[in-house]
Amino acid sequence: MGEEVQKIADGLHAQLATKSKIFSAASTAYGAAPNTQACAIDLGMPGVLPVLNEKAVEMAARFGLAIEAPVAKRSVFARKNYFYPDLPKGYQISQFELPVVGVGHLDITLEDGSIKRVGVTRAHLEEDAGKSLHEDFDGMSGIDLNRAGTPLLEIVSEPDMRSAAEAVAYMKKIHALVRYLEICDGNMQEGSFRCDANVSVRPKGQDEFGTRAEIKNLNSFRFVEKAINFEVERQIDLLESGGKVVQETRLYDPDKGETRPMRSKEEANDYRYFPDPDLLPLEITEAFLKKVKAGLPELPDEKKQRFMDDYALNDYDAAVLTASRDLADYYEDVVKNIADDPKLAANWVMGELSAALNKENLDISESPVKADALGGLLSRIKDDTISGKIAKEVFEAMWQGEGDADAIIEKKGLKQITDTGAIEKIIDEIIEKNPQQLEQYRSGKDKLLGFFVGQVMKATQGKANPGQVNQLLKTKLK
Amino acid sequence: MTVTETEALKQAEAADKQRQNGNANLLTGIPLAQKDIFTTLGVKTTCGSKMLDNFIAPYNATVIENFNQAGAVMLGKTNMDEFAMGSSNETSFYGAVKNPWDLERVPGGSSGGSAAAVAARLAPAATGTDTGGSIRQPAALCGITGIKPTYGRVSRWGMIAFASSLDQGGPMAQTAEDCALMLDVMAGFDSKDSTSMDRPVDDHTAKLNDNLKGLKIGLPKEYFGEGLDADVEQTVQDALNVYESLGAELVEISLPNSHLAVPVYYVVAPAECSSNLSRFDGVRYGYRCENPTDLTDLYTRSRGEGFGDEVKRRIMIGTYALSAGYYDAYYLKAQQIRRLISNDFTEAFEKVDVIMGPTAPTTAFKLGEKADDPVSMYLSDIYTIAVNLAGLPGMSIPAGQVNGMPVGLQLIGNYWAESRLLNIAHQYQQTTEWHRAIPTNFA
Repeated sequence: MGEEVQKIADGLHAQLATKSKIFSAASTAYGAAPNTQACAIDLGMPGVLPVLNEKAVEMAARFGLAIEAPVAKRSVFARKNYFYPDLPKGYQISQFELPVVGVGHLDITLEDGSIKRVGVTRAHLEEDAGKSLHEDFDGMSGIDLNRAGTPLLEIVSEPDMRSAAEAVAYMKKIHALVRYLEICDGNMQEGSFRCDANVSVRPKGQDEFGTRAEIKNLNSFRFVEKAINFEVERQIDLLESGGKVVQETRLYDPDKGETRPMRSKEEANDYRYFPDPDLLPLEITEAFLKKVKAGLPELPDEKKQRFMDDYALNDYDAAVLTASRDLADYYEDVVKNIADDPKLAANWVMGELSAALNKENLDISESPVKADALGGLLSRIKDDTISGKIAKEVFEAMWQGEGDADAIIEKKGLKQITDTGAIEKIIDEIIEKNPQQLEQYRSGKDKLLGFFVGQVMKATQGKANPGQVNQLLKTKLK
Repeated sequence: MTVTETEALKQAEAADKQRQNGNANLLTGIPLAQKDIFTTLGVKTTCGSKMLDNFIAPYNATVIENFNQAGAVMLGKTNMDEFAMGSSNETSFYGAVKNPWDLERVPGGSSGGSAAAVAARLAPAATGTDTGGSIRQPAALCGITGIKPTYGRVSRWGMIAFASSLDQGGPMAQTAEDCALMLDVMAGFDSKDSTSMDRPVDDHTAKLNDNLKGLKIGLPKEYFGEGLDADVEQTVQDALNVYESLGAELVEISLPNSHLAVPVYYVVAPAECSSNLSRFDGVRYGYRCENPTDLTDLYTRSRGEGFGDEVKRRIMIGTYALSAGYYDAYYLKAQQIRRLISNDFTEAFEKVDVIMGPTAPTTAFKLGEKADDPVSMYLSDIYTIAVNLAGLPGMSIPAGQVNGMPVGLQLIGNYWAESRLLNIAHQYQQTTEWHRAIPTNFA
């Protein structure tokens, strides 16, 4: 027992991408004026009753199948009772003892390239609460119930992660998975995908892990990493100075980069869970599951393997390109446009394109250069119209919206010179202008070939075909 | 509670047109009283509570909607125990209803307003809801006919929940035949209520005239023991003799877990109500205390001032029963016993067609007599509660009088056997006159 060891379990809330709420017909669309998307059921009016949205069940089942977890034939909705103004009924309908998705697992790739299997304890369906707005109401709070009743899938992991990086890798994997499955849009800014992290440490020389603290309000992967690292340090410092970690919920403050207690222990809630008598137990038939299974898309790990098999990509490239379904689709579109060179497509998607997207903080779906356009550009490399170097210049112009590859090549006169006569003429001129270098080359200084190539490329503004230039030079310089 | 004079006249006019157009059905133009637990679009729905004194729902309960479709006329909303919690109508924020047979006595509860209105001939029929006897017990105490259908037969949408797994709406009228006509309109699957059953609705009048030869009537020995008023017992016995004369056979049976029904009910019902009534928090609608200083103050005073004592008592019992450390011993245990109670009935119905006994152990008691003794009040539902726990249909029909006060005979049927129960009740009413008795002051 040398070093301190940390133990992290992640709780994720994925907002399911249903059109209507989990127990009512009100819309789930984001960004409407406060309280315009809340019906009598969402408002918790007297006498109203919940009716389960089948789409939400189907999405939960998709997730269960994707992580190889049993989808319960019978699960039960339970009421979680507590008072808060943005919880209209005074209870949240959730699942407690019998969740819809049981124990599953997920493989994550660690920094050293090794694979680690993380256990998923369960996933259950529940409704979201509304929002409390504490600003702008002069000592009062505003309540917006648009979000109340939005379907959530809460995904709980085993405490298998041993570092913030592992926790983030797991979250990213789930994040990619729910978008692959098209059950969640994954938008963390809008709160469609929310993370909690349970952190505990095992001090040096001890066998047992200490008390855990739960960190909430982590709406980016960067914050998850920072918050966990802060919390681990805090717990170690606390233990080393003879203090005790208390079981509590802590909030991450991104401005200060620290976690602090959300509620004190005295106010710890007894949620008094019990089966919701307004809803019958949820029964999922084999036929329903079969239908869901048939509709499952190719999953990330399957896709990665196929990319390695079909496109001869290495593990790393395949992993990067299948990290999101949109990126993978984009890549495959590019490949379709340039026959027989998946490696060239991979280099460009992971290289120029990703760099440009990162620089402007854009998602692949927002790329100004669409897959067919990039394919068009790469085709011009393949057919020797332009060199790879010129292609970068063309790409830049395409990114700026100056047109497609062919138009830009035409307009800027970037077409590669492949006419042997024309290149020979230039070579002759250059040899003539540099007698000294010619002599040195001929006396054995092979390295000077590069000098001559450079001169030719310069004279042709990079448009000469480099391979051809090399070939011709070697003959002429003999 | 609320008299809907203008609306009633409008509905009556519409009903007249419907009749002229030839689109009328049996309930078109029939005036009805609705228990104030059913939400009514644009008309106040108080549920007998100060909490909802100002509440006007923006939607109709399915039951109300069904009656509107049928062209019935709503005369108004009837008083009830607060949130249907009570057996005497004394817990209503708006004051107790009096029994038309003796104005010093209670009408029973919680559907006491509906029962009294029908008994006093203010309306030919009314709606009630029954969580532990709230249709049958007031029907018995007021000398009218009432049926609580099988759980899931009548939609609970817009019926303000007391205990969701027990609540069931049903009709109250002078005769079984009228109840059958009412139930034809009230019953049916409702996609807005997940606990309503998607199965065809009987024509409840179709078999009213079937004869009862060979009918096997089960008499649970537990329903004729200690606590039953001797005169009530004799009255029930007389009614059973009538059935024998109609060709029925009386069979003694046992429902061995009967003694557990009241304790189980007073765990399950309060547990559910403690959660169901959390929505009344002063935030969005209903009563809100004046000048709350902060959130906790808003909650505690709105609920403290808005709810009456009986409601608070049950919320506290229920909260306790669901609390960590007590859940297994109370709520879970109660659910297990509930299953045993259901099994008792299932076994009984293998031997008999219908179960009969007294609806209530006594006739109507005096106003205030049990108001300070909750346990003795709870025991007035001792014969009705098990039926709700099992989800079975149950009826009460007028079967005689003791000292001028009506006595009810309870009929308990197997699941979905409403038509059979109504038939059995109707046959009795074809040979007896108790259902025609009218309180002197209202004759």
